[in-house]
Amino acid sequence: MSALMIRDLHKSYGGLEILAGINLEARTGEFIALVGPSGCGKSTLLAMIAGLETVTSGEIWIGDRLVNSVQPKDRDIAMVFQSYALYPTMTVRQNITFGMESRGVPKAEQAEAVKRVAALLQIEQLLKRKPGQLSGGQRQRVAMGRALVRDPKLFLFDEPLSNLDAKLRVDMRTEIKKLHHRVGKTTVYVTHDQVEAMTLASRIAVMNQGSVQQFDTPKRIYDRPTNMFVAGFMGSPAMNFIPARLTGSTSIAVRAADGSDATLALAAPLPASAPKDVVLGVRPEHIYRFTTDLKSRKPAVESMQAPVELVEPTGAETLAVLRLGDLEITGRFEPDDAPVMGETITLGIDMSRACLFDPTTRALL
Amino acid sequence: MADIALNARHDPEAAAATRRYFWNRFFVYAVLTLFAVIYLAPLLVVVFNSLREQSEIARNGLISLPRSFRLDAWAQAWGTYCVSGTCEGMKRNFFNSLWMTIPATVISTLLGAMNGYVLSKWRFKGSETLFNLMLLGVFMPGQISLMPWAFLLGKLGLTNSTYGLVLIHVVQGISFTTLFCRNFYVSIPDDLIKAARIDGAGFWRIFRKIILPLSPPILIVTVIWQFTGIWNEYLFGVVFTSGQQQPITAALVALTAGGTTARAYDVMSAAVLIGALPPLLIYLFGGKYFVRGLTQGAIK
Ligand SMILES: Nc1ncnc2c1ncn2[C@@H]1O[C@H](COP(=O)(O)OP(=O)(O)O)[C@@H](O)[C@H]1O
Ligand SMILES: [Mg+2]
Repeated sequence: MSALMIRDLHKSYGGLEILAGINLEARTGEFIALVGPSGCGKSTLLAMIAGLETVTSGEIWIGDRLVNSVQPKDRDIAMVFQSYALYPTMTVRQNITFGMESRGVPKAEQAEAVKRVAALLQIEQLLKRKPGQLSGGQRQRVAMGRALVRDPKLFLFDEPLSNLDAKLRVDMRTEIKKLHHRVGKTTVYVTHDQVEAMTLASRIAVMNQGSVQQFDTPKRIYDRPTNMFVAGFMGSPAMNFIPARLTGSTSIAVRAADGSDATLALAAPLPASAPKDVVLGVRPEHIYRFTTDLKSRKPAVESMQAPVELVEPTGAETLAVLRLGDLEITGRFEPDDAPVMGETITLGIDMSRACLFDPTTRALL
Repeated sequence: MADIALNARHDPEAAAATRRYFWNRFFVYAVLTLFAVIYLAPLLVVVFNSLREQSEIARNGLISLPRSFRLDAWAQAWGTYCVSGTCEGMKRNFFNSLWMTIPATVISTLLGAMNGYVLSKWRFKGSETLFNLMLLGVFMPGQISLMPWAFLLGKLGLTNSTYGLVLIHVVQGISFTTLFCRNFYVSIPDDLIKAARIDGAGFWRIFRKIILPLSPPILIVTVIWQFTGIWNEYLFGVVFTSGQQQPITAALVALTAGGTTARAYDVMSAAVLIGALPPLLIYLFGGKYFVRGLTQGAIK
């Protein structure tokens, strides 16, 4: 059974359409990430699930209940806000019990619940403090505690980690993942950080301009993005988009640095309906230094020449900016095997991992 | 260490800067002192006169250092001085003012807090327009509403009563209290309200448990503003009450206008001071919170 079902959901402010027909579904216990650039409507969608924003049209189902006009408190949800939204005049304990107080949960039961959640999040020693006396990471924990104590059907997170510094963000990400494994609650997690989405979610909805571009597993989203927006948004450094021309049903030509055409064989034939001009999408990690050994291991690798314009070692890997026609593309290399600046390298492009897009519709071919 | 050694050596430029700084300061303080004297002199004269004997005032003039010291004038002004036939001093009027000012302050502040809460956190269609209309009240001089109030108090049977004045001051004050509170509450993050709604709190519970506990800075501001404003207000008091019902500001007019006897400057001075005391005390004890509350937001 699905814990959350969204059907053709629309939202307009005045005449302005913010959400344009969203369809989503989360199975019980699933971790769904909503990812997309700032302003694409993620928070609005989450607020509508929570009941904090009205529905313009469409349906929201939580469990087997249509909740379009149900009050937030009666939707059996809990939410963690980007700003944490801790009540500043209350102690951590009061913050956590506020919801139970509102619902008239007996005191003994409240104390029990606080104990359980505080232990789970390791915030026992913070219970008497006020939010103003907590660090960012501690506030984040308390905000999670306030949500966890409810034992709701559905967890909603709105960019819960984006106010933390980089290191803490990675730590908390791991903890959220562990927590989800332990608690097993259906979760909808909004983020603009594609790495967070990839690492946490069982399925990702990539949004842009008020509509879901693709809703699938992280692997499918990464390997087979349905369009150039998804392909460009997910992955860092971003996928390279190289204009190419079909030269047969199984080969394409791309412009090399010296102006000549390099012909690359496709791993699979294109449908007959494919346009003559296409865009070749190659992720940086699918670009190698070409060797015969590589070709024997990965038969789909195709080779071409490219001058190296710039090299950026990051330690774990080395990024190289390569020239292709009047285009710059990025390749990701092993530091030991990395090209050097000024060198002209023979590239191996793994065509079995490459994607082809229609440049006019921007859709995957 | 090197820096200190350098500074210790004589540096004519630094010395000139120091001198310039000194004269600048001197000038600033001189001007400030002058104006402080100009502002404080009348107060000083009144304080002196309230302590001088009437005969001495008559002899040495109104502006002069005291050569006698008595508290009689204060006692008279408070309890026994006769104004238009009744010899009860200002006592009754003082309490009239208190019973008018305290409820009017409390009620208008609470209403302002609630209005501010609604207009900032529970916006509805037209709420901005409503707020702008209420703002109009801030700029409306009191005399414009004299006639309507006369009509209304007459209908309600509240002429010549403290209740009538309380009603007037509550209504007249709502614009200001709403403005203060609304602007303060706007700085409270909306996420707090959303979180509380998910936590199952409704309109009132959010107000009591989240908004009010954050409000002391702005409530102090509105209370001080309303208290001093209502206490010092005089137009409505004069127009709508008379004799024993008058607040002290209105009664002071009657006192100084009473032309039957020779003017008792000592008693008048004491009476004026009695009338000015509550706002002065508020200023002395609450002034710093007033500034703080106006300048700080809801969440530090
Ligand atoms: N109350 C509102 N009135 C008008 N426009 C709004 C309102 N709330 C959000 N928007 C607009 O809706 C769009 C989506 O906002 P939001 O859901 O917050 O985006 P995201 O969370 O993806 O960054 C933005 O363009 C924003 O300006
Ligand atoms: Mg957002």
